[in-house]
Amino acid sequence: MNFDFSDEQKQMRDEARKFLAEQCPPKAVREVLDGKAPYDKALWKGLAEMGFLGVAIPEAFGGAGAGHLELCVIAEEMGRALAPVPFSSTVYLAAEAILIAGSEAQKQKWLPKIASGDAIGTLALFEGKGNPSPKAINVSANGGMLNGVKKPVADGAIADFAVVAARTGNSGRESDISLFIVDLKAGGVEVKPLTNIDPTRGQAEISFKDAKAEPLGAAGEGWSVITQVLDRAAVLMAFEQVGGADRALEMGRDYALDRIAFGRPIGSFQAVKHMLADMYVSATLARSNCYYGAWALSTNAGELPEAAAAARISATQAFQHCAKNNIQVHGGMGFTWEFDCHMYYRRANAVAVGLGSLSYWEDALIDRMRKKNAA
Amino acid sequence: MNFDDTPQEAEFRSLARKWVEANAPKEFEAELSKSSLGRIKLAKHDMVEVGKAWQKKKAESGWACLHWPKEYGGRGATPIERVIWQQEEGVYGKLTQPFQIGEGMCGPTVMAWGSEDAKRRYLPKLASGEEIWCQLFSEPSAGSDVAGLRTRAEKKGDNWVVNGQKIWTSGAHYSDYGLLIARTDPNVPKHKGLTMFFLDMKSPGVEVRPIKQANGMQEFNEVYFTDVVIPDSQRLGAVGEGWNVSLTTLMNERMSIGARLATGVPEMFEFCSNLMLEDGLAIDDPAVRSKLASWAVKSSGLKYTSYRAISALSKGERPGPENSIGKLVSGMMLQDIATYAMDLQGAAGALTGDSEELVHGQFQQMLLSSPSMRIAGGTDEILRNIIAERVLGLPGDIRVDKDVPYNKIPTKGR
Repeated sequence: MNFDFSDEQKQMRDEARKFLAEQCPPKAVREVLDGKAPYDKALWKGLAEMGFLGVAIPEAFGGAGAGHLELCVIAEEMGRALAPVPFSSTVYLAAEAILIAGSEAQKQKWLPKIASGDAIGTLALFEGKGNPSPKAINVSANGGMLNGVKKPVADGAIADFAVVAARTGNSGRESDISLFIVDLKAGGVEVKPLTNIDPTRGQAEISFKDAKAEPLGAAGEGWSVITQVLDRAAVLMAFEQVGGADRALEMGRDYALDRIAFGRPIGSFQAVKHMLADMYVSATLARSNCYYGAWALSTNAGELPEAAAAARISATQAFQHCAKNNIQVHGGMGFTWEFDCHMYYRRANAVAVGLGSLSYWEDALIDRMRKKNAA
Repeated sequence: MNFDDTPQEAEFRSLARKWVEANAPKEFEAELSKSSLGRIKLAKHDMVEVGKAWQKKKAESGWACLHWPKEYGGRGATPIERVIWQQEEGVYGKLTQPFQIGEGMCGPTVMAWGSEDAKRRYLPKLASGEEIWCQLFSEPSAGSDVAGLRTRAEKKGDNWVVNGQKIWTSGAHYSDYGLLIARTDPNVPKHKGLTMFFLDMKSPGVEVRPIKQANGMQEFNEVYFTDVVIPDSQRLGAVGEGWNVSLTTLMNERMSIGARLATGVPEMFEFCSNLMLEDGLAIDDPAVRSKLASWAVKSSGLKYTSYRAISALSKGERPGPENSIGKLVSGMMLQDIATYAMDLQGAAGALTGDSEELVHGQFQQMLLSSPSMRIAGGTDEILRNIIAERVLGLPGDIRVDKDVPYNKIPTKGR
């Protein structure tokens, strides 16, 4: 059994960590947090130059053609550094949708631009409150024109294009949904930034009024593609979450060693030690579930739907738990703007709902486990 | 990343599989395959006798304690081969329960600290199950604080004379030998006045009494020592060195990679899939699903954490500290699952073992037994201390009794 990343993949993780430590220190994240820029353009360019944006994109489409295990280790580092760039929207959602459903021409058009950092993409799925569901989609597509409103759309305000889930039928079935690629800089598209709990990752409302849309994949197969994309993105996002959880745990540990109260390091009090031990337990369980997700993702295994849901649930819980208790370990200082704890707390809770919330994935996991047990 | 054996591992697995296939006591397969959230019982046979027969057969073909050197009854197998063996032994591994303390704790301690003569005399018989060993560490007022133990051993000529009491000794009633830690000097700080011995459990003055547990069962014992004589040749390590020796034992207790930890999740999943509530099946209820999902990912997280450890062994590396979370997570989960399974049954949840019931009191028994899972082999609190100190590098607690002679430490409670 070799249930681990290879030495080359670990080396890539180290490279990504070093690069992000230099190019994406907390100070850089704060530039976006404070609203001085919508995202870190220099970092985005740097990620493209490092080959990280196209790591899982085949060489034929301008990528590095390395694979999804490599993308997993980079995702972990992006989460650890709270990178304020549209990485997940572009790479996990838009690029994956095009890789699954795109025509040769669509792949040739968009994937090289994604790999080079010249195009930011996103997935426009949600329409107000609620979790992913074909029933919740009202944006309509008729004769190549889209009408309706999507919100929230992650990175919608900075994206060049979006993969849009739209209604093309009214039979009440999943086959009513089809996917389209929309150039967000073209006519008929209106984009409005929305405020959200994690300003380092933007959200937007996108309105379509007879916006020109190009079909992505076959008509009526949109929901099946969405499901696959969400599963794949769930694993990748779970790695970001594990990276964030680990960093929050480290911050808490370091502070507990450093901070003296009642004449001793607070890390010598069992109440604090046990809180940190429990954070370690969550982070470890999540990491192990993520490894299984990575295996399923990289081999396109039949186990992917179940593995993705497990990784997503476990990593969501771990990041929320570690980010919350990191503030608690820090005490009052943890609640200041000056300390970085709140940035992890914001990110943990924003990404927890971003791809479908915890209850959505819990529901999905149970469905998938039942299906397996029945088989 | 893959789950495949290396060619050598595959070869070893095939060898092990064939041997198990040809030799296992298949008449017990069905009984052993049943969910065993508690201790294993065989309806018509004595567990220890059946276990001894299986262990002997294994030993004769080199499959007992296989990671031990050949001269001490093992096979000289690598750590990964041991894991593969456990996987292939499968449900029959449950028969090794009476020997686990010996194989996992007493044997390694004798191996590390015993004389060559002692190793050759005792280890092969321990490995083959001919002689069963138990571990005599905990006392009524020395559990987590085991170094605070009171049992006295006093030197009389070439012998030691032991007086005192041990508790929570699994298998003391059928054990032939015991690993005993006792206080040999009460005038020095507690960790410095301890010495390790082993003794014949049939020695005059040893009295084993079963403990009636909170769950009504009797699985553990109290062991009383009244002027029990132990020859000095049965001392392990130097006088006053007992604490260091005990660390070998305890470290081995927590090294059991690939061990089967019951979590209760498969049982709970099945239970919820069949339980009809007012509005339909329990598993269709969002609140039930949410809890089930959280438990399921803990259980899969533990499974894949052990896979990571196994992968490290396969590469000849030392596994990281991740495996230390196993008992902490599974113990709490068992208790939570039992509580919730009863909650779903309403008032009837309090009833035990009725043929009308879906699961014949399985969760009720689990509820009553689960507190011990969170105490035995290191309490949840001690395990969190270990993770905090050894994994995260946090400071140890301030020990007010550290430099105080043992006989000046205030004591109370049991």
